[in-house]
Amino acid sequence: MLNDTPNIPDPDGFYAELLGTHEGLTPEESHALNARLILILANHIGDRETLSAALEAARTSGQNTGEAS
Amino acid sequence: MTLQDRYPLAFRLYPYARSPDQDAEAPIRHPAVIVGAGPVGLSLALDLGLRGTPVVVLDDHEGVGLGSRALCFAKRTLEIMDRLGAGRDMVGKGIVWQKGRVFRDRDEIFDFDLLPEAGHEYPAFINLQQPHFERFTMEAIARAQAGGAPIEVRGKNRVDAATVTEDGATLDLMTPDGPYRIAADYLIACDGARSPVRSMLGLGFEGRVFEDNFLIADVKMTADFPTERWFWFEPWFKSGDSALLHKQPDDIWRIDFQLGWDIDREKELKPENIRARVDKMLGHSDYELDWCSIYTFQCRRMERFRHGRVVFAGDSAHQVSPFGARGANSGVQDADNLGWKLAAVLAGAPDALLDSYDAERVMAADENILNSSRSTDFLTPKTEVSRLFRNAVLDLARQHAFARPLINSGRLSLPCIYDGSPLNTADALDGPARSRPGAPCPDAPFGDGFLLQSLGGGFTLLAIGCDAPDSLEEAGAKATRLSVEPTPEIRDRYLASASAALYLIRPDQHVAGRWPEFDETALRAAMRRAMGY
Ligand SMILES: Cc1cc2nc3c(=O)[nH]c(=O)nc-3n(C[C@H](O)[C@H](O)[C@H](O)COP(=O)(O)OP(=O)(O)OC[C@H]3O[C@@H](n4cnc5c(N)ncnc54)[C@H](O)[C@@H]3O)c2cc1C
Repeated sequence: MLNDTPNIPDPDGFYAELLGTHEGLTPEESHALNARLILILANHIGDRETLSAALEAARTSGQNTGEAS
Repeated sequence: MTLQDRYPLAFRLYPYARSPDQDAEAPIRHPAVIVGAGPVGLSLALDLGLRGTPVVVLDDHEGVGLGSRALCFAKRTLEIMDRLGAGRDMVGKGIVWQKGRVFRDRDEIFDFDLLPEAGHEYPAFINLQQPHFERFTMEAIARAQAGGAPIEVRGKNRVDAATVTEDGATLDLMTPDGPYRIAADYLIACDGARSPVRSMLGLGFEGRVFEDNFLIADVKMTADFPTERWFWFEPWFKSGDSALLHKQPDDIWRIDFQLGWDIDREKELKPENIRARVDKMLGHSDYELDWCSIYTFQCRRMERFRHGRVVFAGDSAHQVSPFGARGANSGVQDADNLGWKLAAVLAGAPDALLDSYDAERVMAADENILNSSRSTDFLTPKTEVSRLFRNAVLDLARQHAFARPLINSGRLSLPCIYDGSPLNTADALDGPARSRPGAPCPDAPFGDGFLLQSLGGGFTLLAIGCDAPDSLEEAGAKATRLSVEPTPEIRDRYLASASAALYLIRPDQHVAGRWPEFDETALRAAMRRAMGY
């Protein structure tokens, strides 16, 4: 089950750290970092159903979902 | 059109000889006619002949083409060839291997072992050039013929036209002595990826083309690399986007370079350009080029493999990329699946048995195409984002174990488990998943030898720690008992928590059903089902 409720105790701190991790990187390097990060987190979650739900949530909540709206 | 070889031969295996059929006034009718004497046509002919089913094989050449093409032959294929009498010759000549290593640049990032358990007669893989595979199969055919097996292989017999009716097909053939015709109750098209028979019937072959070129350089040299499959992503020697190294018999090494899509084929095939790439990889030029070729590939299949009295097997029915060695291996497994069914239908079993060939082998083809497409998506990322993730996996793999199983340089051929096949009887044993109904029997030590070699080519009642009659006849078939003690390997592979088991095994060594003990009513019903009733 994908946990959709707030779960990070320190949201502002985490957000700053996430951006900080990208500091000084070119857009290309940032994309690569994001890809590695996704794989690391996905493995940590492991549960296939949760991963599918997360992929679906990401796909359908963006501005450009690929579907005619 | 006269007969002209489309390729030079490595071995002349079935020289043209005039057949009495060529002097007949009306086309002579044969129960089974196979078009194409490649690995699939030959193994099917051998299987049918050993069952006593008369079979004629037609090929427009007199032997196997030069150049190695298929190289890696899988355990299941070797087990099938063992049943057909050619497995040992193949392993005797082939290079046995089971381990692979994957590198990126200079670093090893992944390794795998394709058979991490003992107690099997045949290895995970051998490397054997396709011409030798076909030669050994043909030699086994010659031995079978000497023992009375009704097999005929007619070289320089080209199929130019096929007329198909409800009860068979008539073929127009061209030979060095001119044209003649023969008829067949069943026509089996094993005539390769470009299948003329498929075109003659106007049938489609849909799928995906992968936009990449691979250069094969088979080089002759003495070297002491281990007998493992070595694969490089973005290799330090920069001879290609990826590279593959495999050992072959006779001091030949297969080297494979990924060249990309936009290349000048002719230029790349110039020996000096090939040598430049190989030199960079090996760091020396102390080798000879044996055979070189550039290939592209596709993953596709026919919608159905059976069209009335015409059945397709091997590359004519389905095609995959070479990564994973699923081409010839799956084709031989088609032949293994079809042989006993066709023999049974010709002997009076219901025609529906042949529909199960379609169901089971389409399922296998889809599995192979899925695996093969996933490998090529990893090797040849098609979009920026797929390259991004591919490289992320490779970047992570050195330090993070979790990423290593995501590396896909080819998932090597495994036999399909026919889950849901119409021939299966519902599982009645709390046994291991690997030997469930539909699965190929796992091998295990047995007596002084091995289990699979003791199964033979008919139905078997495999009685493990329980009683069963010597044999059981039902639905025109006979199942013969084989009693087996529950050794640790048998327990592990066939019993799990059960204390005894009775397996009904099909002629192609796949499990038809399994029970905790012999139950005549259940067994008879299962045999009827497995025979297509
Ligand atoms: C580079 C490369 C590497 C490969 N590596 C592997 C590997 O490692 N492992 C693996 O399992 N597979 C591998 N394959 C795939 C393998 O070579 C094929 O899957 C296999 O040859 C298919 O066998 P087949 O009998 O179906 O067809 P084919 O071998 O193509 O045989 C078809 C036969 O039909 C004959 N024929 C055609 N038209 C007519 C006609 N009109 N009349 C009479 N006869 C005709 C042809 O002459 C030929 O003899 C590789 C392929 C390539 C290209």
